[in-house]
Amino acid sequence: MASAPSSSDRMHSPGVPPSATTSAPVAPEEVNHLPDSARELVKILVTGPFGVGKTTLIDSVSEIRPLHTEEHLTEVSARVDDLAGVRDKSTTTVAIDFGRVSLGDSVVLYLFGTPGQERFRPLWDDIAYGALGALVLVDTRRIDASFDVLGLVEESGLPYAVALNTFPDAKQYTEEQLRRSLDLEPDTPLVTCDARDTNSSVDSLLSLVQHLIDRMAPEAQ
Amino acid sequence: MTGRRSGRPLVPAYLSTGGVARPSRNSLERLSVLTGAGGPPPAGLPSAQAALLGLLDGGSLTVMESAALLRLPVSAVRVLAAALIDQGLVSARPPVPPAALPDRDLLKRVADGLRALKL
Repeated sequence: MASAPSSSDRMHSPGVPPSATTSAPVAPEEVNHLPDSARELVKILVTGPFGVGKTTLIDSVSEIRPLHTEEHLTEVSARVDDLAGVRDKSTTTVAIDFGRVSLGDSVVLYLFGTPGQERFRPLWDDIAYGALGALVLVDTRRIDASFDVLGLVEESGLPYAVALNTFPDAKQYTEEQLRRSLDLEPDTPLVTCDARDTNSSVDSLLSLVQHLIDRMAPEAQ
Repeated sequence: MTGRRSGRPLVPAYLSTGGVARPSRNSLERLSVLTGAGGPPPAGLPSAQAALLGLLDGGSLTVMESAALLRLPVSAVRVLAAALIDQGLVSARPPVPPAALPDRDLLKRVADGLRALKL
């Protein structure tokens, strides 16, 4: 991943008004405005434990360089005056990575890389608000690291699909073993994917979206 | 999920909003679309508001993207955007028109769009 330009680079970027640099310098070439035709902005959460490949998958699909916001876990009630300048060790900051991809003329899909550990619960509902569903990434080398995430997703009521991000040294399990281990409902999609690969990542998102369509109209199946 | 990639901003978020803790309107979601009204920014606009307005010069961005680019918390951008909306400098619309909320047709278009991404 390319490193961000240093702040001294940005301070000298042409076209950035001096007033903007006091708060946050943004080089104009970094700004990817939405297409004028964008009318429906939808969101899918890409969740899973640390290191499972959420950002990799988002990067594989996003048409913009993935961005991130910094979220403060102490920000339970979204109080702005609690957010910044707090440097004590009890404040945890977590980066939410996200990407964006245009789907046809009017639909724009956002992928939010959302940590799923229990301690992120205060943030979860705010980030999940309005999401179509969640893609839960699982590393079969450490299945138990996904239990928290699955619990959080299920409690939030968000429909989801499970994608096993394939690591070369992972043990092979049967689908039945995995479903039992993860305690999945029979109709919850379970697919394998390679988060580094665009087609494979898109396929795992498609399995989720098809699941969303199916559950909206079960009579049509 | 990765660690911090950049240093903490020099100006803390609560100063960027002039100490205002809550937005003047509650309708701004992470994916609400902000659009600049165009025209020169008024003199004396607080610098953080001017920075957000500058981002929206000539195009639209979501609240989430604005926060990421300005390196400010989403909640601070909600405050800044609401102030700009109150001044008529920015307009906002919800991510999805209320009538289109997740329906089968929208989901099918998402699926079709994803299929079209495959190489």
